Amino acid sequence: MIGIIDYGMGNLFSVSKALERIGIPYIISESPEELNSTIGVILPGVGAFKDAMARLREKELDQFIYQYVESGRPLLGICLGMQLLFEESEENGLFEGLGLLKGRIVRIPDRDQSGDRLKVPHMGWNKLHFHQDAPVLEGIEDGYVYFVHSYYADGVEDSALLASAEYGVPVPAVVGQDNVSGMQFHPEKSSATGMQLLTNFAKAMERSEEIL
Amino acid sequence: MMTKRIIPCLDVKEGRVVKGIQFVELRDAGDPVELARVYDEQGADELVFLDISASVEGRKTMVDVVQAVASELAIPFTVGGGINALEDMKRILRAGADKVSLNTAAVNNPDLISEGAAFFGSQCIVIAIDAKYDESIGTWRVYTHGGRTPTERTVIDWAKEAVERGAGEILLTSMDEDGSKQGFDIALTKAVGEAVSVPVIASGGAGNAEHFMDVFTKAKADAALAASIFHYKETGVGEVKQFLRNAEVNVR
Repeated sequence: MIGIIDYGMGNLFSVSKALERIGIPYIISESPEELNSTIGVILPGVGAFKDAMARLREKELDQFIYQYVESGRPLLGICLGMQLLFEESEENGLFEGLGLLKGRIVRIPDRDQSGDRLKVPHMGWNKLHFHQDAPVLEGIEDGYVYFVHSYYADGVEDSALLASAEYGVPVPAVVGQDNVSGMQFHPEKSSATGMQLLTNFAKAMERSEEIL
Repeated sequence: MMTKRIIPCLDVKEGRVVKGIQFVELRDAGDPVELARVYDEQGADELVFLDISASVEGRKTMVDVVQAVASELAIPFTVGGGINALEDMKRILRAGADKVSLNTAAVNNPDLISEGAAFFGSQCIVIAIDAKYDESIGTWRVYTHGGRTPTERTVIDWAKEAVERGAGEILLTSMDEDGSKQGFDIALTKAVGEAVSVPVIASGGAGNAEHFMDVFTKAKADAALAASIFHYKETGVGEVKQFLRNAEVNVR
């Protein structure tokens, strides 16, 4: 059973439907107790960083996430959910994140290095460049995935950077360290490639079940 | 590098796809879910569903269609038509659509754009503009009500205002080219693309794969939408993409 963390900021419907398509049972919950009965959790998210952190704290889901990660079970943050894993964000001020990964969320520049204008949000299909092998990337060959975001993770440690996409700057797209992982794009909207990525996460989840 | 998006558009009336669709292999050509799946398999990057229902019942049925499509489809999709208030946006987005497209309602009440963007985020709000060149003013004029009603607005100014108010994307239909199959309106698409900082989807006039290449390379469109050439199987999404790949246009 996978848990989708419901803190009022998620695209829960599309994530849950994607899990149904690949045959993974799930619960959607805001209750730490219920979520604790799972062997892996997804932190989705669409919206502003500050509001999202406030809601997580309000529902004490931040504490739940720390304990969950401590237990060794896998956590996957998607889009804003991935950004929340980092130390801080510059979106509309400077706000503290969960701090599970090193780095800061900053705005995508509106010009690339040669001075050409970049459209923000970064919206559409972009190609993944792989930096290292990881179980979550298994079987991903044609790495096109669907992005919609205006901020990206800057200062990600090399060891945590699994894949990136080029958009004026190298945008960290898949990050991971131990049992904490994140995807800046929407795997649930990324056709067959996205389904494979979610399937890989589910496999990691099963491995954690063996550990527990 | 970003890829250029190919977006088939489906007209949905009372829960069924209309316009003579000729996917012979389909059991039921009018089923939006089945068609959506076919386009997904062909490599469509996104889909647009335009609700052209005339009745309240038809509008309600659209919610069921959206839910069914969202359950089946792992690519983004936009729903337009009949969205006149924040409540309509909520209904459609909560049913599983990724974006809503506003046209006449946004022109009549531009605050709707700001409200929608504040509530759901700019990435959800597509502003559809029907544009027709007007020689008397030397630029394109905005039309509403499915192209029947001219307004006082020019396309460039309206596109800019919509983006300032929080539109995340512009779906730009050339009334001059729509249905012509002579190619997208390059001048219009280029002018709007240069005026705004958000992606522009070109629409109207697609007749063959070369037209897609032109609008991507000459007009710098971010995406291109077509209906009839895909429906009538004059060309497929896959064929268009292969042509673009050969022409070194970046596609998925």
